[in-house]
Amino acid sequence: MASGISIDFVSFAFATIRVMTPLLFASMACLVYTKGGIDSIATEGIMLMCAMAGAAGAWLLGGPFQGLLFGMATGVALSFLFGYATLSLKANPVLAGIALNILAGGLTIFVIYYLTGEKGSTQSLSSGTLPNVRVPLLADVPVLGRILSGHNVLTYVSLLTVAALHFFLYKTRSGLRLRAAGENPQAAESVGLSVTRCKYLALFIAGALAGLGGAFMSLGYVSFFSKNMTAGRGFIGMAAESMGHGVPGGVLLATLLFSVSDALSVQLQMMSLPPELMQLMPYLVTIVAIAVYSRHRARRRAAGPAADPKEVKP
Amino acid sequence: MGREILNMSRITKIYPNGVMANKDVSLSVEEGEIHALMGENGAGKSTLMKILFGIEAYDEGRITFDGRDLVHAASAAVIKSGIGMVHQHFMLVDSLRVYENIILGLEPVKGPVINAARAIAETRALGERYNLKVDPLARVEDISVGLKQKVELLKVLLRGARLLILDEPTAVLTPQETEELFGQLLLLKKNNHTIIFISHKIREVMKICDRVTVLRAGRNVGALKVAQTCPEEISRLMVGRDVVLKLDKRPRREGPPLLEARGLSLTNRFGKATLKKVDFQLRSGQILGVAGVEGNGQNELAEAIFGLARGAEGQVLVKGRDILGLSIRRIRDLGLSYIPEDRLTLGLAAAGSVWQNLIPDRADSPALKTWGFLSLRKIARHAGELIEAFNILCRGPDQEAGLLSGGNMQKVVVARELSADPDVLIANQPTRGIDVGANEFIWKKIVEMRDAGKAILLVSADLNEILELSDSILVMCEGEAAAYFEDAAAVTEEELGLRMLGYKSKEAAAHGQK
Repeated sequence: MASGISIDFVSFAFATIRVMTPLLFASMACLVYTKGGIDSIATEGIMLMCAMAGAAGAWLLGGPFQGLLFGMATGVALSFLFGYATLSLKANPVLAGIALNILAGGLTIFVIYYLTGEKGSTQSLSSGTLPNVRVPLLADVPVLGRILSGHNVLTYVSLLTVAALHFFLYKTRSGLRLRAAGENPQAAESVGLSVTRCKYLALFIAGALAGLGGAFMSLGYVSFFSKNMTAGRGFIGMAAESMGHGVPGGVLLATLLFSVSDALSVQLQMMSLPPELMQLMPYLVTIVAIAVYSRHRARRRAAGPAADPKEVKP
Repeated sequence: MGREILNMSRITKIYPNGVMANKDVSLSVEEGEIHALMGENGAGKSTLMKILFGIEAYDEGRITFDGRDLVHAASAAVIKSGIGMVHQHFMLVDSLRVYENIILGLEPVKGPVINAARAIAETRALGERYNLKVDPLARVEDISVGLKQKVELLKVLLRGARLLILDEPTAVLTPQETEELFGQLLLLKKNNHTIIFISHKIREVMKICDRVTVLRAGRNVGALKVAQTCPEEISRLMVGRDVVLKLDKRPRREGPPLLEARGLSLTNRFGKATLKKVDFQLRSGQILGVAGVEGNGQNELAEAIFGLARGAEGQVLVKGRDILGLSIRRIRDLGLSYIPEDRLTLGLAAAGSVWQNLIPDRADSPALKTWGFLSLRKIARHAGELIEAFNILCRGPDQEAGLLSGGNMQKVVVARELSADPDVLIANQPTRGIDVGANEFIWKKIVEMRDAGKAILLVSADLNEILELSDSILVMCEGEAAAYFEDAAAVTEEELGLRMLGYKSKEAAAHGQK
């Protein structure tokens, strides 16, 4: 960086990975929704409720791991609720998603007020956090060790999730059927598959992933729930899914881009630049990235599949 | 050959809305034959096949396949018993690879993982065996329509089908691809597979089929051996009309040409040519009927002229001026009106009121305004006049258009388009699906226009309508103007039918000599 502004590279890279964790869960959840042909707009609200459920669950059930499981279960339940409303009751998915997102904003505040008597956060509850992990061997590597080791256990889980999803979607029978049912339900039905079953499988996996992302916010990122703490991460997940062309590796790269800008905004806030401007950055990057991606896609579509030369009459 | 493999006997299907799709239809198919199922759109072919495939329920009748009863079997059971269907609209997942589409639902696995190597090898082997060569690793979205059809055939064959139903398989193919498909079908036949071939095209049926069953208006009208019949006979069976309405009209008094198409061509978004250098001239005081089996370019012709289908090439001249590429507003200002094919999508805003549907093309007219703003009083008066003149049965101009009967909805469209006082009217299926009374009324209005010296281009799938109304007839087949008859009264149904089905008179003559 020019003009004497310097950023400690190691701590910046470490911060990037840290802020990437919830985003990655969000974008992977959106990836599974989209592959299953389900609108991913409710991811934001589901994550927020899971963040709350994680903190409350940890306090009620006596430990962060219990809280994590409770958060995931909440994610699956809400995901099924969304699926039931849109698939079985045929509600408009965008409206159902907005309803769920608004419900999440209000309901979480109601619950923390009920539990703690405060409206802002659950700091007064002792819910604890999930442990950080010192990766053996890797921790001893200079520079790299300081960047990659010592993260929260869920950070490593999120990275493993990317590989696991790739394996599931592209190598297994259920993954193939899920993709087929999501993209062309009629074709899947014509070979005797149950589209409903495939869709509920997608809802289950995506709900659990959103639950992990939400619970990380209140049990790893910080040690309490505060209102609206997901702050649009579910929507950024949607953007990353779209930018990553719907393949796990691509979505990981897109998520990394958002994480860098997120971490950068935190770093730059420590300098004498207006903090509001810096907080704007992740959203600005989202808009620019989506615009670039859409243009690319529109162009590809305009070019279209090359006309079959055989169809040109002599 | 010779053993009956499929027997559908006396199948009757009545839809809940009272439409009788099949009445006492019987179909008998022998093992190892290619059996054509022919009939016009709406004759009941698709319904019959959907019934066989377990997609639609039937009210009466009996189906036996390979000696066993298929009693209202579900699709999955039908597939299992050895029947496979290649749908007209492919049932493929575009982003998946060819082999993934083929094995979907029957994936070979090794532990938790799909055994891709085996699936690919199976796909290749099957392709070799039936001469259906497709790269198993290609993505479906990247391959041509002809290859997609091969994928569908492979899909059906992998599931062990011995009876294959092909629903208008050549409709989407180029002539070369069609030749290739025929080769493959004959090879399948040699391997003792049975094929039901649904088609409109007599030429194709004469070429590869052994027997043909013809349906008309939901009933059997014949089952023939192809070798013992001729195109004329099939055509007569298919299009023989049941006259419902008759019309008396004065002899025409023709004036100068009002609309002229020169070399009008159109390519759809899949790169298929839907109009191929169509020429015609429409004169004042003339009704030109455009006939054809649906999907042969008639709708495209109407839409290209009126500017609804963009990207047409050639010329469309109105009063000597080329209107291709002009906005629809400009085209209307030049004196054209359009009755669209589908009143619910293009003809009307179903949720709007009757008066709202009567004025959109003239909402800018000063006659409906006071001080530059729309005057509801003037509009109500104008709408009232139209409702009376066109005999639209409604509770008043404020009633929702979508709540009217089909005939009255169509009258709203006709009232709007005719009261615009056009020089040229393009009427695309003006009486489809409406009651006899409304039908007669609309015919009368169209003839009145003609007698007033206007020009009418009448596109219709109803042969009776074409023959009764038209002064001259243009026949469309595969996007080409296949025939033109200056005097509609001198055309026989048989002749019209043959041209619609793509049989050129030379071929007919040659066939007759055989």
